[in-house]
This record gives sequence, structure tokens and C-alpha cells, in this order.
Amino acid sequence: MRRLFRARGAELIPQARMSGPMPWVIAIMVAMTVIALAAGLALGNAVSSAKAEIEGGVTIQILEPRADVRAAQARRAVDAIKAMPGVSGLRLVPQAELDALIEPWLGTGIATATGSAVPVPALIDVRLKGPANPQALSIIEDALKPVAPSARVDAQSNWLKPVFDAMVSLQLLAIALVALLALALTAAVLLAARTALGTNRDTIEIVHLLGGTDSQVARVFQRSIGYDAAGGGAVGLALALVVILSLSRRFAGLGAGLVDNGALIWSDWLLLAAVPVLAILLAMVTARLTVLHALRKML
Amino acid sequence: MTADGEIIHFDNVGLRYGTDREVLSDLTFTLFPGRFYFLTGASGAGKTSLLRLLYLAQRPSRGAIRMFGTDAITMPRGRLPQLRRRIGVVFQDFRLIPHLSAFDNVALPLRVAGHREDDLAGPVRDILDWVGLSDRIGARPPTLSGGEQQRVAIARAVIARPAMLVADEPTGNVDPDMAQKLMRLFEMLNRQGTTVVVATHDLDLLRKVPESLIMRLDRGRLSDPTGALRYPPRKVQ
Repeated sequence: MRRLFRARGAELIPQARMSGPMPWVIAIMVAMTVIALAAGLALGNAVSSAKAEIEGGVTIQILEPRADVRAAQARRAVDAIKAMPGVSGLRLVPQAELDALIEPWLGTGIATATGSAVPVPALIDVRLKGPANPQALSIIEDALKPVAPSARVDAQSNWLKPVFDAMVSLQLLAIALVALLALALTAAVLLAARTALGTNRDTIEIVHLLGGTDSQVARVFQRSIGYDAAGGGAVGLALALVVILSLSRRFAGLGAGLVDNGALIWSDWLLLAAVPVLAILLAMVTARLTVLHALRKML
Repeated sequence: MTADGEIIHFDNVGLRYGTDREVLSDLTFTLFPGRFYFLTGASGAGKTSLLRLLYLAQRPSRGAIRMFGTDAITMPRGRLPQLRRRIGVVFQDFRLIPHLSAFDNVALPLRVAGHREDDLAGPVRDILDWVGLSDRIGARPPTLSGGEQQRVAIARAVIARPAMLVADEPTGNVDPDMAQKLMRLFEMLNRQGTTVVVATHDLDLLRKVPESLIMRLDRGRLSDPTGALRYPPRKVQ
């Protein structure tokens, strides 16, 4: 039965591979889906990678204008934090590094020009073994109060929270785009299947009267649209890969940490390669259900 | 088939299209296996409509139809194909699939029934040879003459050795020699046990099959001039 209409030259409905609009519509849908999905995956990678990096990060600032008191408090704070059990590492940021941080805004030689240095807070970069949650921050604050009353404790993740939120929103937008494109593809296939049914109505009626089943007829349409989807899917994937690779190069050229972290990993590439396969399946299932639904109205 | 051997039974069947008046009314008759029936009547009498009911292209508006021992009105749609495979149909307008070759058109009922591709070539070539089209095996219907198309349609109808053959004006487009040849083919199938129902208004054709029984339609109602619809049917004199 599977061979029905599969014999060479015996296609039940005339086949015109890649000549109608359907394969090209599918190609565009697949290309857009792959690009949207790649963007969503890259954003996801960037967010999770950055989050993992700063999850246990805590910054302690000693906000003391007097340099000698600030230095003394910083030293005592370092000693106190070192003694804490949940700390995996810490670093007192050297004064030269702090000067370099503010140099783009204030320039060099302020101390010489004004007779006093800018009272930049002392910074201690702390890595915790666990996440820097409010409870961990509170323990650190309690430990620092007696030895460095000018200390201010911040979780690094708090600073980037708005950025992460924005990135997650973009990621959700990408997922919504993928879902919308899948819906649009389904609608396009539905219309194509209905048109094909209308065009080939006489042939279908003859096959019915000769004893053909709905499944046999549906299989013919499903296979025809499957071929179109396969052709369109391959073209769409190729197009999307060109876009993604060229964009990757441009972003890599920026050298920004957050962007670098967004690089696609091998499982992402597999997922992207699965898009045309899923598009073919979606197109075939849609075609089959559409045709079966229409055939049920015939005797 | 039922115990008393009927192949088709119509009981008070009526057919109307939409809300128009009935084109067929109060049809009650029985067809028996191995018989040769002619369905006659003037144009517009309802011959094609009755044939459509016989080959399950149409459900009646009222009444009951039993085919091969099954209630054809209430049976699930999914079982209709099995029933249709037992009926060969020659359509008045041939209804060949235009983009398929003569070979593939004739092979269609066998493919539908699940025959292996290797088993198709022999029977299809034989039947095309028999209807005189062995040299047009690869030709597509638009390139065939009306008579050739009709022969392909007949070959398609009989290739699967149906239990019942229904033909709507099967000799309308062929020359007298071919008409006689086709009727001989129908008779041969009939002798092998196939019930044949031929709709025609060609009275000469009726005389070519002396064993045939005649059903006459007149404005949608059936008359029984030869006792074809009685049991046992009376033979044509």
C-alpha cells in the first residue's frame, strides 16, 4: 500500500518541486525561526554565563574620606572576611587599579594639581562559595561593623539585574517569535493543502470511487508538502546560518565580555539544525490533518 | 451477499439534489449475482443518478440500500472503500487522470487495492492489449482520442475483476466493431460471475446480449418490462 502513487511517473497529484510559492514561504519561515532561535539561545547563554560568573560575587566599599583610616579599615576588613567560612576568595583592589578606573573621567595628576587625592573608596572583591543572597550579605555586614564601620556591602548581581531582566525579556520575545512563525507556517501549509485539494478534487473523487481510502489520499498530499518543506527548510537553514555566522563574527569583534559569553554551543547548533526537521514534520502533520478533515466531508 | 443471493437491494429509495424535486422516486429492486442488466430510459430519466447510487458516489435522500449484504446507508465511511473495490465503474465522461499514462490509469485500482508493483505490469499490459491499446501504453489521456479514452476507462474498470461492473454509456464513443468487442468483454466478465449493469439508450446494444435483463427508468421511476426486478428474474425473449 505504501507504494501507492509512488511508482515513477505515477504521482497522483502533479508534482512540481520547488516551483510553487510553498517551498519559498517555508524557506523564509525557517530562516526567520532559526535566526530568532539563535538570538534567544545566545541571549540565554550570555545571561546564564554572566550570572554564574557573578553569582557569588560581593563588592565591599570602604567609604572613608581620610586615606589612613580608609586603609586601616580596609586591612581589618580583609582580615575579618578571610576568617569567614563561606568565602572562597578575596582581593583588595590596588590603589593603582582604582586610579586607572577613574582616570577616563578625571584624568591624571589631580593630587599634584589640588594638593590632595580624590577620596576614592577602597574596594574589596569577595567570592563566596554560595550565592550572594541577602542572608550572606547580612552576615558579612555584621562581621565588618566592629572593624570597618565605613564599609558598604553589595552583591554584584544586583548591579546587573536590570541588564539581565532586559536580556530575559529579549529571550522571551525570541521564543514568542519562534512560536508565531510556527503558527504562520501552519497557516501557510493549511492554505496550500486546501488549494491543492481544490485543484485536485476530481482526481481525489476518482481515487475514492476506485476504493482509495482517506489515508491513501492524505499520504499523497502529506508527502508532496513534505518534499516542499524539505527543500524550503534546507534553503532556509542555509540562509539563516550565513546570517548567524556573519553576525557572530561581528559581535566577536566587539570583544565585550557579555557578548562573548553569548556564543552558541554545540547543543545550540543541533537545536538550530532541528528547526527545518521540525518544520517538515509540522508541515506534513498539518497537511495530513487538513486533507483528512476536508475528505471527511466527501462521501 | 445475503443468504438468498442478492448483491444489491434498494428499498423505497428516493434521491433529490438540494431542495429540488426528487430525481429518483420509490425505487425498490434487487440485483442478483452473475446477471447482466441494462438500464434504459430517455435522457434525464435518472440513469446516471441511479448509477451513482450503485457505485456509492451518492447517498440517497431516503430509503435503504443493501450492498453485498451490508447496509450501505448506515455503514461507517471508513468501510466504504472496501465496498467500492468490489465495484468497477465506467464513467460516461471517462474520468481518467489526465497527468497519468494509460498504464498508470489502468493500474490505479490495483495500486489502491495494495497490489505489489511487480505484479501490476502483466495484467495491465494484457488488458490494454485486449482493448487494442498496447501501442498507447505510455500515452496520457489528453493525447488519446475519445474512443481510446473510453477503452482505457473500461480497462481500468475491469482490471481488478470487480464483483459488479457499472457502466454509463460505455459504447457511446467507440465504433460499432469496438462496441461489439466491448460488449463481448462485458459478457465474458459476466460469465465469470461479475454482475454487469450497463446504462444505455442504444436499443441495438440490448439485442447484442440476449441473456440480459432490462430496467427502464421513466422520470425517476423504475419499470420492469422484462421482469428483471422479480425473483427469479424472467429472461428477455
